[in-house]
Amino acid sequence: MGSRSRTVVTTVAAFVLLIVLWELAKLVLPPGGVTVGGTRVLPRTDNAAMPHVWTVLGRLTEPEVAGAATTRTVGAAVASGALFTLGLAMGGLLLGGVLGVLLALVMQRFRLVERAALPYVVASQTVPLIAIAPLVAGWGGNIAILGWSWQPWASVMVIASYLAFFPIAVGMLRGLTSPVSADVELFRAMASGWWTTLVRLRLPASVPHVVPAVRLAAAAAVVGAIVAEISTGTRGGIGRLIIEYAQSATGDPSRMYTAILGAAVLGLVAAGAVGLLDVGLRRYRGSVR
Amino acid sequence: MHRRSAAGRPPSRRLLRPLAVAAALVVSVAACTTTGPGTDSSASGDGPQRVTLQLQWSTQGQFAGYLAAVDQGFYAKRGLEVQIKEGGVDIVPQTVLAQGQADYAIAWVPKALASREQGAAITDVAQIFQRSGTYQVAFADKGITSAADLRGKRVGNWGFGNEFELFAGMTAAGLTPARDVTLVQQQFDMEALLSGEIDAAQAMSYNEYAQVLEARNPATGQLYTPADFSVINWNDTGTAMLQDAIWASTERLSDPGYEDTTTRFIAASIEGWAYCRDNVESCRDIVVKAGSTLGASHQLWQVNEVNKLIWPSPAAGAGTIVPAAWEQTVRVARTAVNADGQTVLTRDPDPEAFTNTYVERAIGLLKADGVDVVGAGYAPTTVTLNPGGS
Repeated sequence: MGSRSRTVVTTVAAFVLLIVLWELAKLVLPPGGVTVGGTRVLPRTDNAAMPHVWTVLGRLTEPEVAGAATTRTVGAAVASGALFTLGLAMGGLLLGGVLGVLLALVMQRFRLVERAALPYVVASQTVPLIAIAPLVAGWGGNIAILGWSWQPWASVMVIASYLAFFPIAVGMLRGLTSPVSADVELFRAMASGWWTTLVRLRLPASVPHVVPAVRLAAAAAVVGAIVAEISTGTRGGIGRLIIEYAQSATGDPSRMYTAILGAAVLGLVAAGAVGLLDVGLRRYRGSVR
Repeated sequence: MHRRSAAGRPPSRRLLRPLAVAAALVVSVAACTTTGPGTDSSASGDGPQRVTLQLQWSTQGQFAGYLAAVDQGFYAKRGLEVQIKEGGVDIVPQTVLAQGQADYAIAWVPKALASREQGAAITDVAQIFQRSGTYQVAFADKGITSAADLRGKRVGNWGFGNEFELFAGMTAAGLTPARDVTLVQQQFDMEALLSGEIDAAQAMSYNEYAQVLEARNPATGQLYTPADFSVINWNDTGTAMLQDAIWASTERLSDPGYEDTTTRFIAASIEGWAYCRDNVESCRDIVVKAGSTLGASHQLWQVNEVNKLIWPSPAAGAGTIVPAAWEQTVRVARTAVNADGQTVLTRDPDPEAFTNTYVERAIGLLKADGVDVVGAGYAPTTVTLNPGGS
């Protein structure tokens, strides 16, 4: 049994365990939850707060809006929303990845840029997303690029890339500067230029640092895309579905959980996609100290 | 250290590279052009004039009139092609309008006036909702039928400027909100009320109140009924504030072209609302078709409740800003103190904050076309809510 199939089995087992825990909590804990001195320490477990797993799964096959002329199931709505958001998150990851790599290259090449820019790169991540989202949507609304007018989804992608570029920039910089000086000096002794050193030494050496960074960035891009959708009200994605379904959660709690389930699956798919990158770059892992 | 490799190159190439980068930057910046506010001045040209309207929230019955005006071609009839932009959690319509990314915005009067006080140059040009839709809802057995009954109770509120009617109501009843009640920040849904975590919850008549009536009562297995709840309606206590209004850019109102557009936009919008008054079910279908995921019976309820906030209208016609209601809104906005000790406004808004000029012209246009702009004989329908709003 390969390590990959073992990973799949563990993932499924963890998922089943989660379901069992959920149902166990409903079975064992009081429906009103547990409060200690007026502070709630355990959530309510009644069907309105925590619907049964099978109710949620069953809701997936029911129509999204009963009584509407066009009936699509909740499952179809969640799937199409998750796909839409996945596309935006991956677009954001690509955009952020390119930006992050470029930034890391410039910072590695010019130490002055590193000293000047790195604090701002770090500071950029302390600005709350909900403060940036309306700004990006606002600026975007006024921009046309080569006759292409800005679309709301482009704002979401930019916000996703804003979160994604950071781990890639930092990881890449760490990776590019990771070769020990003996290796760098060897390249210099052989009169290799910066470009050759980059391609033959620094880039291969950066792989073990970059792959986990991309994995972090993918997760950040998914979160960024979902939050940006909620924040700017962009239609079509899973974030928008979560907020819409949450609004009617009083009468229809299980529908909200279908959207949350969709978001969770989306995160897993994104992480899996990055896992493929890991497989492709395997030969570089640990190739350089 | 890194520079050594570059030093070996001929100087011309060393110069060329930064130049190329600079050129690429210039080209990419030049490729980005900024677009002005929605109405490009091609109004004189052929075809309809493009106008954008920013809503406060996602498509729902609250905005049925505008959606109907698009669907029924009322805007097109007046030479407008209206694009409706939905709102989001962090989208502030009056800011979007003030920044020029929309031509008109729908916003609550107190919140828009607060933005105005902070410099947003916007003007209320039509007061679509004449009445407030905000309730404070409690289970009937709690005995909360007036603001005074909230003393000692756990009172839910939304915050973010949506809570001032409640605070004004409690203050008017002689309570000090910060001391006499336990204030609880409320979520989107009404679970906290139904589970008994809070005693009285803030609810819009057209949305959250319907949601509790779409939920199943675990004791009976049936849906909750209005008899299970008691409702405080702020319209009855004199602390109601004006809500959905059409806001326009104050500066652009000096442009005759924009003035004309505003008149036509208001006329077509009111015609849409008149259509929704007379065709509730058709409007429900328009809203559902526009992509709302709230159920059909919920939307029918919403259109019907929103109609009650608009019709019957003042004798001058729908959309007219009634001075008494405006003054009450401003008074509450200046005096009601929320949990953080803040009022909505610190001074009276200047006279440019609202104008009836354009709504009067719009009413004139509609009367000429034989549209009933008062709805004196309006009677709401009775809506049966289904589980989950379906």
